[in-house]
Amino acid sequence: MIEAYGLTKRYGAKTAVYNLSFQVRPGTVTGFLGPNGSGKSTTMRMILGLDTPTSGQVTIGGHRFRGLPNAPRQVGALLDAKAVHGGRTARNHLLSLAQLSGIPARRVDEVLGVVGLQDVAKKRSGGFSLGMGQRLGIAAALLGDPQVLLFDEPVNGLDPEGILWVRNLMKRLASEGRTVFVSSHLMSEMAQTAEHLIVIGRGQLMADMSVSEFIARNSVGFARVRTPDTEPEQREKLATAVHEAGGQAQPEEDGALRVTGLALPQISDLAHHAGLRLWELSPHQASLEEAYMRLTQGSVDYRSTVDARAGLQQQPAPVPAQMPPGAPAQMPAPGQMPAPPAPGQAAPGAPGGWAPPQDAQHQGFGPAPQGPPPPTPPASQPASPHARHEGEDAR
Amino acid sequence: MSTQQQYEGPLPGHQAPPAPPAAPAPHGPQGGWPGQQNAGHQAPAAGGYTSPIPMARTHLGHALVSEWTKIRSVRSTMWTLGVMFALVVGIGLLTAVGLSGDSYTGMPLLSGGLFGLMLGQICVITLGVLVITSEYGTGMIRTTLTACPRRGRVLLAKAVVFFVLAFVMTTLACSLTALVHSTMLSGQEAPAGASGMPGTWEDGTLVASGGEWFGATVGAGLYVALLGLLSLAIGALLRHSAGAITLMLGVVLLPLVMALFMAGEALATVREKLIEFSPLNGLASLYRIPMAEDQDATGWPLLGGLACVTLVFLVLAYTLLNKRDV
Repeated sequence: MIEAYGLTKRYGAKTAVYNLSFQVRPGTVTGFLGPNGSGKSTTMRMILGLDTPTSGQVTIGGHRFRGLPNAPRQVGALLDAKAVHGGRTARNHLLSLAQLSGIPARRVDEVLGVVGLQDVAKKRSGGFSLGMGQRLGIAAALLGDPQVLLFDEPVNGLDPEGILWVRNLMKRLASEGRTVFVSSHLMSEMAQTAEHLIVIGRGQLMADMSVSEFIARNSVGFARVRTPDTEPEQREKLATAVHEAGGQAQPEEDGALRVTGLALPQISDLAHHAGLRLWELSPHQASLEEAYMRLTQGSVDYRSTVDARAGLQQQPAPVPAQMPPGAPAQMPAPGQMPAPPAPGQAAPGAPGGWAPPQDAQHQGFGPAPQGPPPPTPPASQPASPHARHEGEDAR
Repeated sequence: MSTQQQYEGPLPGHQAPPAPPAAPAPHGPQGGWPGQQNAGHQAPAAGGYTSPIPMARTHLGHALVSEWTKIRSVRSTMWTLGVMFALVVGIGLLTAVGLSGDSYTGMPLLSGGLFGLMLGQICVITLGVLVITSEYGTGMIRTTLTACPRRGRVLLAKAVVFFVLAFVMTTLACSLTALVHSTMLSGQEAPAGASGMPGTWEDGTLVASGGEWFGATVGAGLYVALLGLLSLAIGALLRHSAGAITLMLGVVLLPLVMALFMAGEALATVREKLIEFSPLNGLASLYRIPMAEDQDATGWPLLGGLACVTLVFLVLAYTLLNKRDV
């Protein structure tokens, strides 16, 4: 059981985490979601006593982490797959950690087998791939057979087989009654692993609910129904009929109705019984990923701009009249940075200011949509997580 | 970053949530990962998980064993200590060869060991810094302090393990050099009026007194190991390898270099103090060839001073380590 009360962390002027309170219960996998730089890693570090909160506190099983008598036997953590001395072999790395908490050496070989690294146990971890590093980090977390496990982005760099393995491992650990707290910035990954979700953005709590509740609230399927535009009263009649049948109908901007809670054939039957004509009756599905993005879109710190590649293009020769006297006429060679800033790179997403990129493809995720956003074809999502800046979480 | 599982289009089905959090098979990973062993913790407790393995309370001994594993399992330890050994013994041997002969060399019998150790100490300083900064540089420190939240214990274990290792290795190298020197250079005849000459004389030949032996072996080993320990403390404070090594080289070399350029009467006192308290003078005094005015200095008072300075910086490092974010 992890309990945080009013957790706040400031680094100088930047507030990384603000007034975060949550509980992570045993027996389930709890997903910790948020965009890059939203404070996930900072929160994890505060749970593990690496960073001291500016205010508030966090306890594990009622104790502060730094007060635990034998921390690795109670809490296992994977913070960063590369938090390893690359010159040390995998086995020696784990051995040194095991000795620190009085765990016998044969347990090291055991966890090496669990994560599938037994063949490279004698190899220096510096040559490991990111996926192997993740496995080594997971092995270190499992070393003490702890009841609380924290994993910061555990599937980073893993292949599909590895992702499946991690997913099953988490579920198995939770089913044994352990507390499993997993951070990720991928909603799709969490939807398949976690039972409970804690979503943060800009260091603040945005949602704390079960996955099924999150889905129910944010990812409802709906039907778009259009009655003839020429007869607005038909729309009102249909809306009333839908309400009477137990569904919800919300008007959309273009005059259609967004109907939830009823299957398409039922809507059709309702319209038929009411003597209404339909111009459109189509199924739609707001995905979980979409719901998550809608929830966190105001709190994304890093946004990409369009790469116009203007910085590489040759500028037209400067007009001599604009040159200072005596300056030689010069053409910037390709690769040199020309003096005027490239148009596409002028404003690299200042944090705080959410300026929509001048991308024609961008739609559907405008700032603060009032009411239901228009359905978005999933093929053209400009702000999908991997398009974002892949930088470190802001410390 | 894995993107394979990222977005597979709209989730299918109107009502069906994706991946319902149904009870997962507890011990049947579908992935079939090779070597997957279910370590046999079958007991799913209702209120939480309790490991069947008994839990021991940790103490400094665990941290010492762990730090010993760490220090012996990286190449930098081998390299720095190996180079130190080669420099001290190699240069000592060359010096002995160069000075050998029946005529008096003008120096106490064992003092030739200093030249190799002056270079060799840089290796020990480097190792002292790396013991702690390599953890910061690689991020290993976060793993370490997660596994042992008592940060002071980690620092203490590192200090003890490093100090003992550095002391034993340096003393060994110095003793070997001293043996070589006493074997190859003994039997130097006393020149006329030998009573005022540096060195200990017995029946007209140059010998090494017990104090000289002790200073040139244990004393030198202790001095260099303390310098290494000071480097470790500085490394813990700066948390940066290059910065800490540079600073320590400055501390060791600069006082003497600065004194060289301080000509003139006005600066005479400053110059003398710089030379007297230069770390190199401390080492030279242990070999009975002090650089300062006082030709009878044994180096032990300076060694005590170095120990005090080292202790102060260790306490400072301990305090800051407990306070700072990692």
